[in-house]
Amino acid sequence: MTVTEPKARFRDLLAAEWTKLWSLRSTYGVLVTGALVVLGICGNSARSNSDLIDNSGDPASQAAFLDPFHAAFVPDAFLILVILAGSVGAIAVFGEYTSGLIRTTFAAVPARRAVVAAKVTVVAAVMTVFGALVAGASFGLTQAIYAEHGIGRSIGAPGALRAVAASALLAPVCALVGMALGALVRNAAGSVVGVVGVLALLPNLFRGETYRWVKEIGNAMPQSAWEALVRNPAKPPFVPDKYPVTLTEGWIVLVAWPLAAALLAMWVVHRRDV
Amino acid sequence: MGSVIEAIELTKRYGRTTAVDGLSFTVKPGLVTGFLGPNGAGKSTTLRMILGLNTPTAGTVTVDGRPFRDRPRGLRHVGALLDASEVHGGRSARAHLMALARSNRIPRRRVDEVLEEVGLANVARRRVGGYSLGMRQRLGIAAALLGDPPVLLFDEPLNGLDPEGVLWVRGLFHRMAAEGRTVFVSSHLMTEMEHTADHLIVIGRGRLIAAEPLAEFAARGTRASVNVRTSDPAALTAVLTAEGASVQREDDGSCTVTGLDAARIGELAFAHGVVVHELATRGSSLEEAFMQLTAGNADHVTEESR
Repeated sequence: MTVTEPKARFRDLLAAEWTKLWSLRSTYGVLVTGALVVLGICGNSARSNSDLIDNSGDPASQAAFLDPFHAAFVPDAFLILVILAGSVGAIAVFGEYTSGLIRTTFAAVPARRAVVAAKVTVVAAVMTVFGALVAGASFGLTQAIYAEHGIGRSIGAPGALRAVAASALLAPVCALVGMALGALVRNAAGSVVGVVGVLALLPNLFRGETYRWVKEIGNAMPQSAWEALVRNPAKPPFVPDKYPVTLTEGWIVLVAWPLAAALLAMWVVHRRDV
Repeated sequence: MGSVIEAIELTKRYGRTTAVDGLSFTVKPGLVTGFLGPNGAGKSTTLRMILGLNTPTAGTVTVDGRPFRDRPRGLRHVGALLDASEVHGGRSARAHLMALARSNRIPRRRVDEVLEEVGLANVARRRVGGYSLGMRQRLGIAAALLGDPPVLLFDEPLNGLDPEGVLWVRGLFHRMAAEGRTVFVSSHLMTEMEHTADHLIVIGRGRLIAAEPLAEFAARGTRASVNVRTSDPAALTAVLTAEGASVQREDDGSCTVTGLDAARIGELAFAHGVVVHELATRGSSLEEAFMQLTAGNADHVTEESR
């Protein structure tokens, strides 16, 4: 029997990964829940601040004191987004290992790095759209709530588009880090602990400005980069940072992490027995 | 000429454990080849090395002259069912097969064809998590058939199938082999292979024990014995021994006769007026051949590593 075979195309692998992602109910569940949680927290923050202004003895100065960006990008809300996006990425990888599906996958496509590249591409694309929708909606919602007090900003305000873009990127960045952790650890509990440890806890170990090297390590974390990029240029901090993350550094961090994560995932999956 | 699987001095070590030890064999097209060995003999590890899932510590294995892992896409070259549980329970059978088909540029209608062929068409939209083991085996077989490949590998495919399913799978193997495909089927039960395989590769503790046609393998076995119950064992023993058979008295009063078949024993007993209550050909000689060959090779300490 002779085998006649069409040329192998990368886009077939993309289509396969797309099918895999959307044929699991959990994908929809996790993304919808995540979006609602973030929007709920940010919307609530803007509403509470509005009430604060209304009930204040001096509403005008209270309104002027508030940073309208803060409610759009509440750090705790985006920390949830970070963990959720990291988990989505991790599940996409460890889900194949824990079920053993990975052997079926690699028997069908022995070019393992191409499989990982396709998975990375699909997850990154989906999470970028998800991040953009959540960040855009959060900005729009909170600024609309603030509009009645005249402090709502438009997307054209200085730093606004940058803040939305950085927040949108946070989702794919964390998803790819999650994928690398999933590929390294290959089981559910370990991968999720890894996601929380690396993305949520690690940055907190490198804070304070006493030692520059400590702060610089902290500055290289995605969370610190995001904090720098969503800062409202119209509301500088009262006490300026001694070793701040510059905008350029922030963007570099948000590009370097997912790249390194994707390469790491491809490398370990290529090398190891499955 | 179809695709040949060829292993040369294939070796796989995990730390101090040697799972596969200098294994060389050839699996030819047009036959169903049984891959037989006790649990832990290294069958699954060998199959995984054929598929490039595990990298050999030493030696090589090729399919159609090339290491499988060098191929960008696999389904048109080798169809494999390693473990029926290796699917995501949250997906439907159709979605599972669709993703596999897409990755190899196999048309959508082929998915429906294989679902029809394995008898899962009417449950294809249900999630695999709710499938019985037998249904999962069928799904795994469907996945193996997707690319219409010249080589088929199955690891313990009869597990979990009902008798009807076993017959169906055997029929499928024979049909695939008759079409000129290479069919390689592992099992730890000789009885499973007896009606399934044409050729056997037997391993124990990672080493080759035998590689020969089923008939030759069977001939290695002890001669078939017949269990006889009679009212007069002494008379029967005298008659049968005179014909060259050896007769052994069992604790339960019956006799085990070797050297004559059941029909001849019956004739002799009738001719000499000995009453016979029961005549039963005992045990499969193939099973015995297998047990003899693999005795001392069973490894219950180290399980097949996953």
